[in-house]
Amino acid sequence: MSEKKDVVLEVDNLRIDIPVSAGLLHPVRGISFDVSRGETLCIVGESGCGKSLTSLAIMGLLPKNADRQADRLNFLGKDIRDFDERQMAKLRGVKMGMIFQEPMTSLNPSYTIGNQLEEVYLRHMSSNRLEARERAIFLLDKVGISSAGSRLGQYPHQLSGGLRQRVMIAMALMCGPDLIIADEPTTALDVTIQAQILHLLAELQSDFDMAMVLITHDLGIVARVADKVQVMYAGRTVEEGNCEAVFDKPLHPYTSGLLRCIPVPGKTQPGEKLGTVPGVVPNLVGDLNGCMFRNRCEFATDECKELAETPTVLENGHAYTCRLKPDEMEPSTGGRL
Amino acid sequence: MKQENALEAVNVSCVFRINQGLLKGSKPLVAVNGVSLQIQKGKVVGLVGESGCGKSTLANILLGLQRPTSGDVLYSGKTATGFSNRHIARRIQPIFQDPYSSLNVTKTVKSIISLPLRIHKIGDAASWDSKVNEMLDLVGLPKRVAESYPSQLSGGQRQRVAIARALIMRPEVVICDEPTSALDVSVQSQILNLLQDLRLELGLTYLMISHNLAVVEHMADRVAVMYLGRIVEEAESAVLFKEPKHPYTRALLSSVLTPDPRLGVPDTQLGTIFPNPIDPPTGCSFHPRCASRIDICSQKMPAPHLEKQHMAECHLFSK
Amino acid sequence: MKNSSPFLRGRQTAEEILEPRPMAKLRRRVFKNHSFLIGAVILISIILIALLAPLFSPHDPYDQDLARRLMNPFWHDKKTNDLYLLGTDKVGRDYLSRLIYGAQISLLIGFLTILISGTIGTALGVVAGYFGGRVDMVVNFIINTRLAMPVFLVAMAAVVAFGASLHVVIMVLGLFLWDRFAVVMRSITMQARDLDYVKAARAIGCSTPYIIIREIFPNVLSSLTVVATVEMANAILLEAALSFLGFGVQAPTPSWGLMLNEGREYMFFSPWLLALPGTGLFLLVLAINLFGDGLRDVTLERER
Repeated sequence: MSEKKDVVLEVDNLRIDIPVSAGLLHPVRGISFDVSRGETLCIVGESGCGKSLTSLAIMGLLPKNADRQADRLNFLGKDIRDFDERQMAKLRGVKMGMIFQEPMTSLNPSYTIGNQLEEVYLRHMSSNRLEARERAIFLLDKVGISSAGSRLGQYPHQLSGGLRQRVMIAMALMCGPDLIIADEPTTALDVTIQAQILHLLAELQSDFDMAMVLITHDLGIVARVADKVQVMYAGRTVEEGNCEAVFDKPLHPYTSGLLRCIPVPGKTQPGEKLGTVPGVVPNLVGDLNGCMFRNRCEFATDECKELAETPTVLENGHAYTCRLKPDEMEPSTGGRL
Repeated sequence: MKQENALEAVNVSCVFRINQGLLKGSKPLVAVNGVSLQIQKGKVVGLVGESGCGKSTLANILLGLQRPTSGDVLYSGKTATGFSNRHIARRIQPIFQDPYSSLNVTKTVKSIISLPLRIHKIGDAASWDSKVNEMLDLVGLPKRVAESYPSQLSGGQRQRVAIARALIMRPEVVICDEPTSALDVSVQSQILNLLQDLRLELGLTYLMISHNLAVVEHMADRVAVMYLGRIVEEAESAVLFKEPKHPYTRALLSSVLTPDPRLGVPDTQLGTIFPNPIDPPTGCSFHPRCASRIDICSQKMPAPHLEKQHMAECHLFSK
Repeated sequence: MKNSSPFLRGRQTAEEILEPRPMAKLRRRVFKNHSFLIGAVILISIILIALLAPLFSPHDPYDQDLARRLMNPFWHDKKTNDLYLLGTDKVGRDYLSRLIYGAQISLLIGFLTILISGTIGTALGVVAGYFGGRVDMVVNFIINTRLAMPVFLVAMAAVVAFGASLHVVIMVLGLFLWDRFAVVMRSITMQARDLDYVKAARAIGCSTPYIIIREIFPNVLSSLTVVATVEMANAILLEAALSFLGFGVQAPTPSWGLMLNEGREYMFFSPWLLALPGTGLFLLVLAINLFGDGLRDVTLERER
């Protein structure tokens, strides 16, 4: 870890509760992390693990009935837990850039992209239209859109999916944010475009020296992009650490299980059995005890039913929430036959 | 070694007319442009390409759901003309990407799986029940599922139901259109394992359509790469992944993000231009995005170049 | 989990069925939806009363007797008679009985109208939505032609041409109120057509009629019922209006619209002659609308 850190976002013990008909749903149950300038944090997990809700909670975009609690939620050194809707909106427009999965739903189809880009700038930066236009052209150029000037007059539907996502990125960057939150930014795109967009994001991040939180289900993306990784399962972080540590020696059975699920050209033999993580995500309604992964874990014992979910932290910052010692988990055969 | 082809497309083209507006008339969109593809019995052929390259249209043509504008589809060497849809249905079945939309939510699982038998009037009510149970067992679902509705099942379970429906008539060929891309990682591997098992057990032939090259590499014996309605490269899977020829294939392969923390995100060098299929580029349709283009690329369409069963359509090789 | 054999097909995922059956979910939503429940209770009560009219009505609704004309209802002290709870009309017919039989007429008109118009509209809409292209253009033209015709004026013209009767009113309304069915069914079918289960059915070799009737139709049924309630309320109100103007059901049939017309001249002295059938009409239409709105909320909630 570097000595001098310029922390942008600090989250400590973030919890979200949503009342549902059967009781109280706990989709996020104590997530802690921080991201610094120039750093990329990847939150990875399968659908229903709470990763998207975590990002929405940071941006203050949770549904009305959801209850957000945190021991600390600091953005640029300021406590944003009690910010009202207007303050959050200001923050989201200027200091936090957001990129979502489906650019078509985030862009207004009835305005030109130039209009929408400039609008963001004008609303928050007390500036004139000329400057806004210059900024828009500069950023469109920056995100790799050629002949940016003429593109300003186009409507979202006239662009391909990849270009639209580039416009979304440009829009997120309009006011020079300190933090980029990207929720599955490439899931709807083709592989070639995905690689291009991720390449672009990494480049822009270091160019503008921003912090980035990238939320994805794709372990390949995580390995290639992340500095730090958080693996989420059932609303908790089950493993975290810097990217190389986690991928080289996954310590939680869930992480290692997921890694064995994906075919990797050159590593897995074509046609061989892939690993599986059997079972389904547990129901997170009501009181929850013990390790939530135990019903899908090949190492689960009765002990796991009562275990408090406290992380074990190793020297290099690599932490995991499991009763096993780092060497107890065999480089697995389980599930692979 | 002469192998029998379970399914073969011979110079198949498919052109749609796209309305441009009231006064502008319509323009042709060539979705599939002179594609020939052989799928040998018992093999898995992978078909990769970006969205809009025509792979789904090709799949529809092979399934008999879309009539090709020209060209012919051969089922076990016999031409499709004169075949009714029901004949084709018994030989070829699809598995779709999204198990949420591929199952009718108003029907029970039993009714969904037994539909092919009822339509083709195979057996009677009692045999349908036992056949459904047999299929559920085959795809790894408990018998209780038979009476439930799709909305009660998880994505992986639904995909298993879709597979059971596709296999109940024991087709020769199964066209898997992105069978796992809508599923979670842990479920994806289960479905892929299941598809492998079923293939070995029932001697099936697969056409695997996917944009996930890692999945295609894992499953396929032979791979065809499609770009703007043409197959631009085709080879044995091992060969193609080791020595890709076409620059497009190379770009595709380089964009596969393996979970290796020591590698960064590759630069595909493809540029941001995406060709308009209504108004395709002259010459080689890939040339505007190609990093290794030469003068001739924008003028002449490259001829297919075949060497040791490795076909590539690129000027760099066809000299 | 058994030993190693389940891993063969990854059988494990399948062990749990987490979600309740759709019908159970529906039941739970029904009992939470108050407007649906209120609407359903009123509507069912009115239907029961109408069906069992001979049991509920104290007198023959057609039995006139000028000797007991314009008797007051029970809340008026003068001229009250225990036998005629809601009094009598201008020719001495029991008003309560006429109200009860009036419900019969309104419901009959409502149901028969949506039966006819629903069949026409759904057939047109589903066919247009499924086939698209030329078929869709033709159906659209028919819909637009129909929309260009004012229902009320055409209905009056038809009554003038064919003579006023219950049959004519039902036929005219049935043949004219199908437009909303067609429009809604068309757009829903269009969405359903592009879903993969339809493609799967085609790949299985199902015939087109089979796909439309057995695969698509069950999926559009809930929208169909919602449209049907709206149109039923509409038809009942139109019938009342036509009858009020004398172009609908003819005397002595006990139609609420007709009763409103007959009570018109006594508006200032016996206001209940207007208020009672008016309330009946109001309650019935309100109940149908509550029921329809609730039904939409209950059934069309996004599954998944």
